[in-house]
Amino acid sequence: MTPITVLAAETPNPLLPATYDIVWSAVCFVIIFFAFWKLVLPKFREILDERAQAIEGGIEKAEKVQAEADKALAEYQKQLADGRAEAARLRAEAQEEGAQIVADMKQRANEEAERIISQAKAQIEAERQSAMLELRGEVGGLATDLASRIVGESLRDEHRAAGVVDRFIADLEAQTPAPAIKES
Amino acid sequence: MLLAAEGGFHAPGLEEFYPPAVLFEGTPFELNRIMLIRILVAVVLVAVFMFLMRNPKLVPSRAQSVGEMILEFIRKGIAHDMLGKKDGDRFFPLIAVIFLTVFAMNITGIIPFLNISPNANIGMPLFMAVVSYVVMIGAGIQAQGGWQYVKSQLFPSGVPGAMYILVTPIEFISTFIARPLSLALRLTFNMLVGHLLLVLCFAATQFFFFEAGGALAVFGGLTLVGGFAFTLFEILVAVLQAYVFALLTAAYIQLSVAQDH
Repeated sequence: MTPITVLAAETPNPLLPATYDIVWSAVCFVIIFFAFWKLVLPKFREILDERAQAIEGGIEKAEKVQAEADKALAEYQKQLADGRAEAARLRAEAQEEGAQIVADMKQRANEEAERIISQAKAQIEAERQSAMLELRGEVGGLATDLASRIVGESLRDEHRAAGVVDRFIADLEAQTPAPAIKES
Repeated sequence: MLLAAEGGFHAPGLEEFYPPAVLFEGTPFELNRIMLIRILVAVVLVAVFMFLMRNPKLVPSRAQSVGEMILEFIRKGIAHDMLGKKDGDRFFPLIAVIFLTVFAMNITGIIPFLNISPNANIGMPLFMAVVSYVVMIGAGIQAQGGWQYVKSQLFPSGVPGAMYILVTPIEFISTFIARPLSLALRLTFNMLVGHLLLVLCFAATQFFFFEAGGALAVFGGLTLVGGFAFTLFEILVAVLQAYVFALLTAAYIQLSVAQDH
């Protein structure tokens, strides 16, 4: 075999694959494909998912914390507003109550004053009545005395004397001014 | 080969991509150096990500951060971007595996002692293109129903009736034939040509330094610098092709799932 004949016999067309070429291509490709498909890429996907989840989890957590903070702030503000409203309410109540107390006191004082005044008036009236009675008796005695001294013994008779005295008193009362009588 | 036979410059050829069998020669399980690299890459890729994601924590370790950054780039930058959040997550495993597999199998082209990308053998790109093709059609049928899916792909609305004679064959070829083929061929030839360029540069360097000798060693310096530059370029290509493959897969799924395009 000369080199040239060897060449001519053994140089195949590079466009046409030999059977063994196809066989080993398939074997190698299938090995690589299955190793990647079943072993390498699942791990790759897993770690990507895990990482995405970690990042999403972090974001989610931050959002949750933010929401909680917002909620706490809102609650705090609500409590503050409630507190203010409560204070205002208490103040208004206290003012009202105070006014009520003052009004009550005034009323009570007025009533007391009225009561004292009417009591005083009643007492005055009673005293006036008794003074009047006393005065009547005394004036009667004095007038009788005076008249008996002037007229003498004839007027000692009890019955007649009383008639005279009553007449006299009626005269006196007719002479006294009207307002004084009304007041009693 | 002629040059090589004369004991001079060894020009790289397509035989680079069909090394002799190591095991099971002649069976469908024939193992050569490139197939072994393919298996090694698969094992290492899985092992690396199992290590990075072995025990993920909420606060990631440095290794976990690196793993997450890569996966997150595919998830956000490709899947979610093209398909939206829901469908993006649904198709994320496929898109991620395509991105990482293409990249890992590309990058071996510049790793010393491996020095070749298993994606330069069309089997791997073709297999992934078929997977993405099947998923594309499956997603379309699942989203719209079989007939509606075919209709939305081949009979775009808003086209005057007679134009379908022209539009439908074009749409059929571009959607159901060009898409998987372009996916597979783009990647294969990027890797194939990248490898040839590197081999060319370093083989030339070898030739100029050790066989041509003398003043020609200067050219050896140039090809060495060129080889280094192409190595850096290949890193870019490795990432870019992975990105393109994954992005197009997502885009095709999106076009299938969308009611109309």
